[in-house]
Amino acid sequence: MSLGDLLQNLLFDYTLRTVALGSMVLGIVSGALGAFAMLRKQSLLGDAISHAALPGVVLAFLLTRSKESLVLILGAAIASWLATLWMFAIIRHTRIKEDAALGLVLSVFFGFGLMLLTYTQRLPDSRQAGLSTFLFGQAATLLVRDVQTMIGLGVVAILLLLAFWKEFKLLSFDREFAVSLGLPVAMLDVVLTTLLVIAIVIGLQAVGVLLMSAMVVAPAAASRQWTDRLGTMVTLSAFFGAISGLVGALISSTGTGFSTGPLVVLIASAIVLFSMFFAPNRGLFWGWVRQQRSRCQLRLENVLTDLFLLANQHGNLLHPHSIQALRAMNAGGDWVQTSLLRLKELEMVSQLDEHNWALTPKGVETARQIVNIYHPTGEGQ
Amino acid sequence: MGQNLAPFAIQVTDLTVTYNEKPVLWDVDMEVPEGVLMAIVGPNGAGKTTLIKTILGLLEPAAGRVLIQGKPYKEKRHMVGYVPQRGTVDWDFPTTVIDVVMMGRYGSLGWFKRPGKAERQAAYEALEKVGMSAFARRQISQLSGGQQQRVFLARALVQNASIYFMDEPFQGVDAVTERAIIALLQELRAAGKTVVVVHHDLQTVPEYFDWVMLLNVRRIASGPMAEVFTDENLRLTYGGRLAFLREREATT
Repeated sequence: MSLGDLLQNLLFDYTLRTVALGSMVLGIVSGALGAFAMLRKQSLLGDAISHAALPGVVLAFLLTRSKESLVLILGAAIASWLATLWMFAIIRHTRIKEDAALGLVLSVFFGFGLMLLTYTQRLPDSRQAGLSTFLFGQAATLLVRDVQTMIGLGVVAILLLLAFWKEFKLLSFDREFAVSLGLPVAMLDVVLTTLLVIAIVIGLQAVGVLLMSAMVVAPAAASRQWTDRLGTMVTLSAFFGAISGLVGALISSTGTGFSTGPLVVLIASAIVLFSMFFAPNRGLFWGWVRQQRSRCQLRLENVLTDLFLLANQHGNLLHPHSIQALRAMNAGGDWVQTSLLRLKELEMVSQLDEHNWALTPKGVETARQIVNIYHPTGEGQ
Repeated sequence: MGQNLAPFAIQVTDLTVTYNEKPVLWDVDMEVPEGVLMAIVGPNGAGKTTLIKTILGLLEPAAGRVLIQGKPYKEKRHMVGYVPQRGTVDWDFPTTVIDVVMMGRYGSLGWFKRPGKAERQAAYEALEKVGMSAFARRQISQLSGGQQQRVFLARALVQNASIYFMDEPFQGVDAVTERAIIALLQELRAAGKTVVVVHHDLQTVPEYFDWVMLLNVRRIASGPMAEVFTDENLRLTYGGRLAFLREREATT
């Protein structure tokens, strides 16, 4: 299937349009809220929240016998909320640390959820059939009504995030200072955590409880690589989330048989990998390039000053020397030749014959400056 | 005390703070008159930071009460500025120097309002005062320790408070920054502000400050420098650790 076909499908295929839109919405909301979770060092909280949602989904179904997405999402949100509260209570009132508390709550809730799920599957009620999609997610089951619910909740979450932007920013950066200013920090904590819960539960049907936490972590981690501004970071994170959702839905629609949820997560992870390597400043690749460049520069300076020091001993700064002498001064480095050629391009040295090289007046001047920097009282005076 | 006397800038009465049932501060009284530059001095674990944090309402006391200019802290919050230890935040947070300084205004700005021109102007002026205006647009992760400290000071300055609490502002800064900070503290005092500083270097206490509190879980002594900062009181505060005291005697 060509790209043109894909775009045509996106515009005119009703199902694909719904699925793509739903995936983008979940990507945007989880990306934006995930950025704050990451800055508050709570990325893993997303994992607990999404796993803990499972019993809520099943219980909501058992109580109402409805598979209306708003009902299931509400159940998920309540369970996630209780899990989060419980976790914070454990951290506050016992000596169990955050990681252990998180693991504990996550496994208890998830285990309970699985138990409920297997119980439900043995019920004669055929309506339970779709519930297990909440494990791995199945974007193809998204209906327009579901996406409308997702959009409604997502818009509310984003609007609240914008409304309390400066408070959330301060809360994430310097909580104690926020308290000293008199901000109701406990309330803000509750609101921000609730928004994260919303971001996660609206994505559960499409991506599933197992993988949804990746959508909290991945876009945020990727966006942090590209920028040092909070606003840009949150926007970029939402954008990466949207792209992951869209591309995941498109690839899934090509009939390869891959389901959307895992694809969305894989695309997001690919964006993280790419960002880690190629983002300016923080990217590993550019770090490597910078290192190579400065190494190259250092080698040029080495060769130049070596020629200068050698010639200085002859009382004639333009006195030529053989490349062998220079190699000997630099532990036989193979790079002496390339450095000389580069210096020749810069018109700092001239090649007299196959082996012999001499400084040009310009080279002498540059070498003198370098020597003066490194050895202020040295031979350069 | 007569009713017509002006209330203390800070008055702490019978303050006890516990951590896991162990007292960190025990029955501490503290009266700070308006307009003094005061050091809180004591060994590690004496409860200096705890005292400040409790006054600011960051920690709940087990007993006792705190009055700011004769009123509970909540009513006088806008009069109080705070400079926390700079190690308490993540300096890799994606934000700029000017943004951090403007955070000092978030308390008075009110809900749903974004910092605007007035806040930016105040932040620039504060940065000017601490000699950091050239760094306004800089990402905060690029700052040195001394520069971080000055950014925190600037953030407290835009709070435009009349009482300042500073937790070890001299920690890990070089001599130049230390002089810049002390000049700023003296400027604040000259403007009639009250400044309370947790301080570690005993050598510089009498030079920098005019008021002092010696603390080691209990209050050892508190008052004007000349009266309180005596070898006897220091011995009581620091217990058996006398080596530095002998040094002090040798140098005086």
